[in-house]
Amino acid sequence: MDDLWYSEYHSPNVRFSIRVTQQLHHEHSDYQTVSVYDSPEFGRFLTLDGVLMLTERDEFIYHEMIVHVPMAVNPDIRDVLVIGAGDGGVARELGKYPGIRHIDIAEIDRRVTEVCREYLPQTACGFDDPRVELHIEDGLKYVRHTRKTYDLIIVDSTDPSGPGEVLFTREFYGSCFGALNDRGILINQHESPFYATDAQAMQSAHKRILSVFPVSRVYQAHIPTYPSGHWLFGFSSKGLTPLGDMDPLAWNRLGIQTRYYNTNLHCGAFYLPNYVEELLKRDE
Amino acid sequence: MDQTGAPLYAALEAVRDARIVPFDVPGHKRGRGNKALTEFLGERCLSVDVNSMKPLDNLCHPVSVIKEAEALAADAFGATNAFFMVGGTTSAVQAMMLSTLKSGDKVILPRNVHQSVINSLVLCGAIPVYVNPQTHGELGIALGMSAGDVQAAIAANADAKAILVNNPTYYGICSPLKQITEMAHQNGMRVLVDEAHGTHFYFGRKMPISAMAAGADMAAVSLHKSGGSLTQSSILLCGPNINAHYVRQVINLTQTTSGSYLLLSSLDISRRNLALNGVELFDKVRRFAQYAREEINDIGDYYAFSRELINGDSVFDFDETKLSVNTLNLGLAGIEVYDILRDKYDIQVEFGDLGNILAYVSVGDKNKNIERLISAMCDIRRLYKGKRANLMESEYISPAVAMSPQTAFYAKKRSVPLAESVGGVCAEFVMSYPPGIPILAPGEIVTRQLVEYIQYAKAKGCVLTGPESMDVSHLNILEEANRVG
Repeated sequence: MDDLWYSEYHSPNVRFSIRVTQQLHHEHSDYQTVSVYDSPEFGRFLTLDGVLMLTERDEFIYHEMIVHVPMAVNPDIRDVLVIGAGDGGVARELGKYPGIRHIDIAEIDRRVTEVCREYLPQTACGFDDPRVELHIEDGLKYVRHTRKTYDLIIVDSTDPSGPGEVLFTREFYGSCFGALNDRGILINQHESPFYATDAQAMQSAHKRILSVFPVSRVYQAHIPTYPSGHWLFGFSSKGLTPLGDMDPLAWNRLGIQTRYYNTNLHCGAFYLPNYVEELLKRDE
Repeated sequence: MDQTGAPLYAALEAVRDARIVPFDVPGHKRGRGNKALTEFLGERCLSVDVNSMKPLDNLCHPVSVIKEAEALAADAFGATNAFFMVGGTTSAVQAMMLSTLKSGDKVILPRNVHQSVINSLVLCGAIPVYVNPQTHGELGIALGMSAGDVQAAIAANADAKAILVNNPTYYGICSPLKQITEMAHQNGMRVLVDEAHGTHFYFGRKMPISAMAAGADMAAVSLHKSGGSLTQSSILLCGPNINAHYVRQVINLTQTTSGSYLLLSSLDISRRNLALNGVELFDKVRRFAQYAREEINDIGDYYAFSRELINGDSVFDFDETKLSVNTLNLGLAGIEVYDILRDKYDIQVEFGDLGNILAYVSVGDKNKNIERLISAMCDIRRLYKGKRANLMESEYISPAVAMSPQTAFYAKKRSVPLAESVGGVCAEFVMSYPPGIPILAPGEIVTRQLVEYIQYAKAKGCVLTGPESMDVSHLNILEEANRVG
């Protein structure tokens, strides 16, 4: 086998590499470059603008943690808005809940959804759920215009350096606040606390969310292919708290199959390392 | 002429590639003598920060590449002559005024001119004859000059030497320029046009008429605003009846003899870009501004105004690339929205006055930034919406001119607390910046209404500039003995 490696800079001085067997797809869409590779260790994986988004091997961790945490806090969630998530993984996890009535997905880049349908059926199967309605539109604009109110908004964005930039702004969080009902929850991918650039993005996102939502907590997961492997998510709401309002019995009664998430881990995920607490406290 | 060339830019590249050994200024010698600066601005930038030399011509006396570049610019703008300016459009306005007016000459102009116009009156000693710009009741902004008002001013001041016109105003409003030009010329008066915000009129489609197309005599054009050149670079245009050699002499009275080649080459390159791609570029800007206007008007309470203001006279035309938004129905002053956008949303707009904000849209914008601006304004409405009560509208206050700006500026004066200045003759400027339009100019009588306006603007957070007293707690007025002007 040729010695081919996909490399990504996790910091200017750190590179993360995966041996690849071949590049399955590469294109410049209207917004970004979209590539899919195949690899012996992680299976197929998707990159946008050269940044790894998901691999077949570890995507379950990210998608389970971004969906089941809010669903365990409010099992009555009916209407969900997902921003980004052109790979379909979030929709797949949401699809496990019979109580959910409708899932709107606002993804800016049609090509991401099409490429994922072709090469990553493992996540793109999420789009097949009849409750899913895909809107190819700027997420910020979609939230600003929607006249609906949602029980849950999930922001599955790229890093704030690419087209996902607008999804880390105060005006976006403010628009989300306006589109959520009184029991509404906002979940966002919150970058990593470890390397300086990611930590800065994490801090400024936290600061902006805090200025908009009365409840704003951060939780963590271990995702091997993301920078430092230590990834954060944001849980914000107009009142519901992630631990106080969680109903483990109700969630476990649903009998949903997961490989990473469970209700004990749910609680543990909100207990953060000291250095992360300190980074967050600077803004509180 | 063939607009695909850029002679000044080409000459600079040739000089750089020739690796000439510099034993002339600037002393940083292509950046090698100032490492920190070179690291910050980049080696490519410092390597062309050079002085006049034979292959690069001389801005004060152009005979080769600068002359060629200026001729190309004149052709692109439809002018007879063009001068590259390195002291901002302020220097272009001054050159226009000083080459047309002498001490004691009258000039007809609207009061909502940029400070550089009145500054040049201090320099040359000309006497302003103000035409009241009409004001828009709901928006509280000064509009253009109506043809009838200009005709009346001409009739009452047949000895006036020139008329100055804004084309357009900061808000994008155009006066009936062609009609004013014809009236002026019939009466032997020159027409000078401040086109600081009108570069694109020369290159875009479906734009208001430009000064040169309207037959005006001179125009000061801020290429660095909508034209994309570097800050502080500008162009002065002259029509066929202007003695360009005399204008050059006037420019040289105050212009640096070390004109920056960074600024000059940016004019050359931008002119080429505008001439070749202007239609497409400004179509894009218009689409951005139009989209933003529709979305902002859809939010509610905001009013992003446009061509519906056109009334055939004081709003003869409107520049659709300008995104001006009235905020009064939101219960917020424009300056308050301006501050919230910057402080809470990290969005810097061009200016906020008492009733409006202006977001500058240009060829450098991206969809996502337009979306951010719209969404931030939407969020501001969600969070801050109040009652319209207690908001002062920035109505036009007609100036009472007691003497020429020059006489007042150089007269004996004393500093008094702002509140006690009522009735005195002002000896300095007071303006809100931006937009930089004077509230008070030297030689004008201070009224209670003006003092209240200044106090209100200060309280709302406007940045007031001009007076010696930096916080505008005091004002310089003329000594009593000087009162009779």
